[in-house]
Amino acid sequence: MEIFHVGNTVMGGSALMLDTLLPFAASVPSQHVSLPFGAVVLAGINWHSVLFLLFAALTCAFAIGVVAADNVVRMALYLVFSLGSAAGLFFLAGAEFIGAMQLMIYVGGTLVLLVFGVMLTAQAPFVSIKPSSSDKTLAAVAGASLLALLLTAVFSVDAWLAPGAGVVPPPSATPLGMALVGVRVDDSPVGAPSTGRSGYMLPFEIVSVHLLVVLVGAAYLARAKRRKTPRAIDALASSEPFAGRAAVSGAVQVTGARAAGGSSSALVGGGR
Amino acid sequence: MADFLIGLGLPGWLAWTVAALVAAVLILNVIAGGALAFIWAERKIAARIQDRLGPTRTGGRFGWLQSLADGIKLLAKEDLMPEGADGLLFRLAPYVSFCASFCAFIALPFAFDVVGQRLNVGVFFVVAVLGLEVFGVILAGYASASKWSLFGAMREAAQVVSYEVPLGMCVVVPVMLAGTMDLVTIAEKQAGWFTNWYLFHDPFTFVVFWVYVTCAVASVNRAPFDLAEAESELVAGFHTEYSGLRWSFFFMAEYGSMFLVSALAAVLFMGGWNGPVPVATILGLSEGTGDTAAYLVRLIGLANLIGKATLGVLAMMWIRWTLPRLRIDQVMTTCLKYCTPIAAVMFAGAMLWQLFLPAGLLPGWRRPPGEVREGWLEGPGGSAVGHGVPVSGIGPASRDVLATRSPR
Repeated sequence: MEIFHVGNTVMGGSALMLDTLLPFAASVPSQHVSLPFGAVVLAGINWHSVLFLLFAALTCAFAIGVVAADNVVRMALYLVFSLGSAAGLFFLAGAEFIGAMQLMIYVGGTLVLLVFGVMLTAQAPFVSIKPSSSDKTLAAVAGASLLALLLTAVFSVDAWLAPGAGVVPPPSATPLGMALVGVRVDDSPVGAPSTGRSGYMLPFEIVSVHLLVVLVGAAYLARAKRRKTPRAIDALASSEPFAGRAAVSGAVQVTGARAAGGSSSALVGGGR
Repeated sequence: MADFLIGLGLPGWLAWTVAALVAAVLILNVIAGGALAFIWAERKIAARIQDRLGPTRTGGRFGWLQSLADGIKLLAKEDLMPEGADGLLFRLAPYVSFCASFCAFIALPFAFDVVGQRLNVGVFFVVAVLGLEVFGVILAGYASASKWSLFGAMREAAQVVSYEVPLGMCVVVPVMLAGTMDLVTIAEKQAGWFTNWYLFHDPFTFVVFWVYVTCAVASVNRAPFDLAEAESELVAGFHTEYSGLRWSFFFMAEYGSMFLVSALAAVLFMGGWNGPVPVATILGLSEGTGDTAAYLVRLIGLANLIGKATLGVLAMMWIRWTLPRLRIDQVMTTCLKYCTPIAAVMFAGAMLWQLFLPAGLLPGWRRPPGEVREGWLEGPGGSAVGHGVPVSGIGPASRDVLATRSPR
């Protein structure tokens, strides 16, 4: 999984214009005032490339950090930083909606991963994860082949190798929202009805229903069940020690399953 | 501002950098200076509510230098770290919290044209970034190698993840009314008298505002939702093991977030920088009537927004020292059984109201001009969508920097 993220971020970076990769490629603009030599060099730098390289390097470095770390919580943290840098790349490219989406879904979603990491590392066997060498080899081969595939694919697209189209007006989220409810405003003149290209009403509805089903399912699974069996503490009091311990561990597992809702009582079972 | 600097003869790259730095320093000062003022205010308010005087001597009459004295004390304190702590994460955690709080300010409009970076998805960005503050708390709780910290962090995680749902639903209502996620446009649409505020738009928005207040208090971890640092149960919760300057970073992040959610409430529901009475319009000033008038308008707007946000923060303090702390199950009940359904119903209600009673209940009632929707379907180039207007705020867009410096 970590390997996959390495490949993923690399692809996200390369999707930008490749010709901006060289920071000094920009021509030095004409100077109206006399400047010291250092300032001329600074003025010659294409800051877009500098920022792009910075965010791309951060993304890759933290992605490697995810793989190299052996503590689950640190892995999750590095993943957060890596995904956050990818969000920075999106903002750099002017895709504000996708950038905010990346922050909300991926970075925010990793929060839950972090919480589970904290819960797991409350117990000794999971504090440090040391994969076997065969696992490492397998993961390296899989990751390297994916990376090679993606790089080949990226460099084979001619449009991405050509110079970019320059500054385009920043896209707004409104056409996106309108397209989701079935109105395409991006390809028809103002006021005119859509010219044959339909919106994304159906996929939107399908996704909505899916999410609703998931929500109902989660509520069903997490609801407070009426106990048919005696509570663990009653069983402990009434039965012999061995059965009682089994019942307690079962109760701990039930609480742990419920902990997605965030009950801190799961920690009572697995405190450090 | 960058244009102004370029006009002074500075090269473009330096002008943009200086403008960006000025914006960043201004935001930093809002957070740090705000924290100083609010900590003093909190001491005084808490004292008054508990029938005592609070700080009286430091710095003269009202103890107004108390926060500064505290700050110097914190600077001088030893920076401790528990023996079993995860050093890297322990040191990193306060900065993560603070950075999240700081980043959210970037998209917040303080007055007309005074915004760090005008984002087309401003509301979404602020809510998304605000949710990241909890990372610092969880890391602090985990890395401290202390049970109290860990308990506090897990409570905080549960609380913040749960309260993001109703908070998002409340925020969506003004977005729906304005037809955009751009905070600047949302505030502009409520220009005029206070009757134009979305708070008084219809009964549903009025209710949803109070749900937002509840969720906002919970999401910034203030009492009665401050379970993460419940001092009567958990010593000091997630920051038990912190001391000195690192600890104060957590506090600055907390006060920064309080100010932020209050300012967001002001922008979304209470007209942003448009005061209850349109003073600037009555005086005949508009944003474009010359330099001095334009600055005056921005100054009035700034005073309006900061005043509203400060009122919100003071109200949070009032709540904190009035209500007892909830239990964790009561916190979850409030979120899942009350806030979420109420927000959902109010969202549907506001939608139907907008559909069937777009002109309001009163006969002869005229909708504010901001709500006329003609042309808001225009494409990316249209001015109504919100991005056709060039942004010349105090800070440049990173993208604007690139647009200017691009070789092509």
